[in-house]
Amino acid sequence: MPNQKLLVSSHAPYWHNGSSISGKNYSIMLAALPAVGMGIYQYGMPALGVLAFSVSCAMIWELIMNLVMRRPVSIGDGNAAVIGLLFGMLLPATTPWWMVLVGTFIAIVVGKQIYGGMGCNPFNPSLVGIAIVMLSWKNYLNFNAALVNYDLGFYMVYPLAAVKHLGTSALSNYSISGLIFGQQTGGVGTTFGLGLIIGGLYLILRGHIRWEISLSFLVGVFMTAYLFNIADPDKYAGPMFHIFTGYTLFGAFFLLTEDSSSPVNFIPMLIYGAAAGFLTVLIRNIGAFVDGAVFAILMMNVANPLLDKIRPKAFGRGIEHA
Amino acid sequence: MIKRPFFGLGTPRLKYPVIDIDIADTIREIPLPQKVTLLLSPDIRIEDLILKAGDSVKTGQKLKLLDDGNAYLISTVTGTIAEISEYTGYLGRIYPAVSIDAAGEDQWDDEFNETGKTPNPENALAFFNYLPGNPDFTTLSSVQSAINTIIINGLDSDLLVTTNQFVVKTETGRLTEGIEYLKKITRASRIFIIVPPDSAALAEKTGVPVYAVNPVYPNTLPQIIMKNISGTEVLPGNSCEDMGVGFINAEAVVSLTMAFSEGKIPVDKILTVINKDYVPETVRARIGTPVKDVFKALDIDTAHGDQIIFGGPMTGTAVYSEDMPVSPNTDAVMIQDSARITLGSDNQCINCGECVRACPAGVPVNMLVRLLENGLYEEAAEQYDLLSCIECGLCSYVCIARIPVFHYIMLGKYEFGRVKSAEEPNA
Repeated sequence: MPNQKLLVSSHAPYWHNGSSISGKNYSIMLAALPAVGMGIYQYGMPALGVLAFSVSCAMIWELIMNLVMRRPVSIGDGNAAVIGLLFGMLLPATTPWWMVLVGTFIAIVVGKQIYGGMGCNPFNPSLVGIAIVMLSWKNYLNFNAALVNYDLGFYMVYPLAAVKHLGTSALSNYSISGLIFGQQTGGVGTTFGLGLIIGGLYLILRGHIRWEISLSFLVGVFMTAYLFNIADPDKYAGPMFHIFTGYTLFGAFFLLTEDSSSPVNFIPMLIYGAAAGFLTVLIRNIGAFVDGAVFAILMMNVANPLLDKIRPKAFGRGIEHA
Repeated sequence: MIKRPFFGLGTPRLKYPVIDIDIADTIREIPLPQKVTLLLSPDIRIEDLILKAGDSVKTGQKLKLLDDGNAYLISTVTGTIAEISEYTGYLGRIYPAVSIDAAGEDQWDDEFNETGKTPNPENALAFFNYLPGNPDFTTLSSVQSAINTIIINGLDSDLLVTTNQFVVKTETGRLTEGIEYLKKITRASRIFIIVPPDSAALAEKTGVPVYAVNPVYPNTLPQIIMKNISGTEVLPGNSCEDMGVGFINAEAVVSLTMAFSEGKIPVDKILTVINKDYVPETVRARIGTPVKDVFKALDIDTAHGDQIIFGGPMTGTAVYSEDMPVSPNTDAVMIQDSARITLGSDNQCINCGECVRACPAGVPVNMLVRLLENGLYEEAAEQYDLLSCIECGLCSYVCIARIPVFHYIMLGKYEFGRVKSAEEPNA
């Protein structure tokens, strides 16, 4: 039947709004560019090297896993690249190559592929990677030690470490406007507050991430820091300091909002964000780690399925059976 | 096709086309085809049929289908029965089909004019099963019927479809008259009509309460209309009819007027033909006309790889053959160019939550689809509200992973129904 006219017969609906996974992931990478650009401007080629190597490694690990697991090749959807980019942005510019290689292996393979790939990961893969690297090679992720050879013209002590060890007397070295414009040490792509906010707003307006999660996280950080601050102003820094330092803004717009590990209903999103914000400041102020964002978000990732049980009643479910 | 806007924070707003009266003046007549095909209910088995090829029939003639029982068919042309065949439809149902070779001039059968012209429920059941607009008088008129409210659709349930809107705008007089007949042949105590806001003034003339529906999808789906008008939500697994609310298309009401005033059962269907550019056109065709004849009359070319859809873009059913005939319930035929077909993917759900926000029934689609993908239909129905779904298709429309969510849900409902009916004798 070479010339027979055959019709396609798919299932309704026959329209689609045109959104796609790759489109979303490329938008996330686009939104990360302002912060990435600032990181490269500040730290030069080493920062670019870390980011580029991280993205490539993540994609190669994804490809290897696709081949090993005999699944369709999925590097084209951009998800592995996003994981690699976000992982690279969390690292200091001086991170050695082998750590990027191991970290992306953990992020892609342990954080995502062994659960079944995109959409099946219970944790944010980039955070799984950074958490294990952080626990394994503490000194490489200590920003004061890692960036000791840099002098960028501002106070080169990691703000959260300074406050943790010296109390609020260290605050005089920082100004909020300086922090917003990236005058602080930290990960390659996590210090430029303004860039992160612009990227985050872009993603929110495009509908790629949910404002409920980002906003409630920032409110959670603000409220908790504020309560600590009024309890002991000498020891604990104020809320604005906590919002513009460490991984707070990066977490709010890029890490916490990862689809698979975050809730989808309204109230759960608010609880998820606010609780992550609360835990972040709790770990920073009275925990063992300098920055609490990584573990706070991982903790709330665990709670995500439970939180999402809080959902509106479906059609006809609100009525008692007559 | 309506794409996601660049800035997309909220849920999709898909508007129904609201036709203006200039367009409404034009209706294209499709010429009488050489051969019509009439689909029967899938409950009827082809081997039980008492009709035979070679029987001659008249237009409007009631043809008894089985030896016992009341099943019948209304012939829509004058001619001879050519063959009896089968078509496979949605969910694999087999529809027996009777093809009739048309012999040109219509000769009208007199049975209805002589015995059926009194408007009462018995005559509605005896003659109106194949009325254009497909009214379900077994539910609306039967003695056991629990229907207390009837809602007349003056707005079609799917996008781009304007058939019933067209009828309200052009046939207001016959609609008003038809409502009087409707009151006589059903037992409902209340009758409403729903129309788009700009037709509200026109619809007031019919004398029944008018509800203007904001023409944004899915506001015209029966369950949503029922909730907005009466505040009652349909219980999971039930239909509106189970809850005492029946629906009838405006076209069917007008057909009642035509039947009772002229003594002839109407055999022409008004339908919206949506061409490859998604431009709708209203046509009138004889019931049973194969869609290829409709396309030919409108100069629409079909090509290999195109898709023909009976119904609208959100809830229609794709067919595999251009021989599929226009049926009493075919409000629209849509043709989609092969370049515009969006195919599903086998991606996993990425849990973005777009479907949950788009779902008008509050179903946790993100969880539901995980269970359905793994064939856990009973858990899906019990814990994740499978049966609350009102079948609007918005979940698939917004799915960023392009999972055929709606397809999974319909399969799930079908499989769940089979499990339940297999269990029933043992319960």
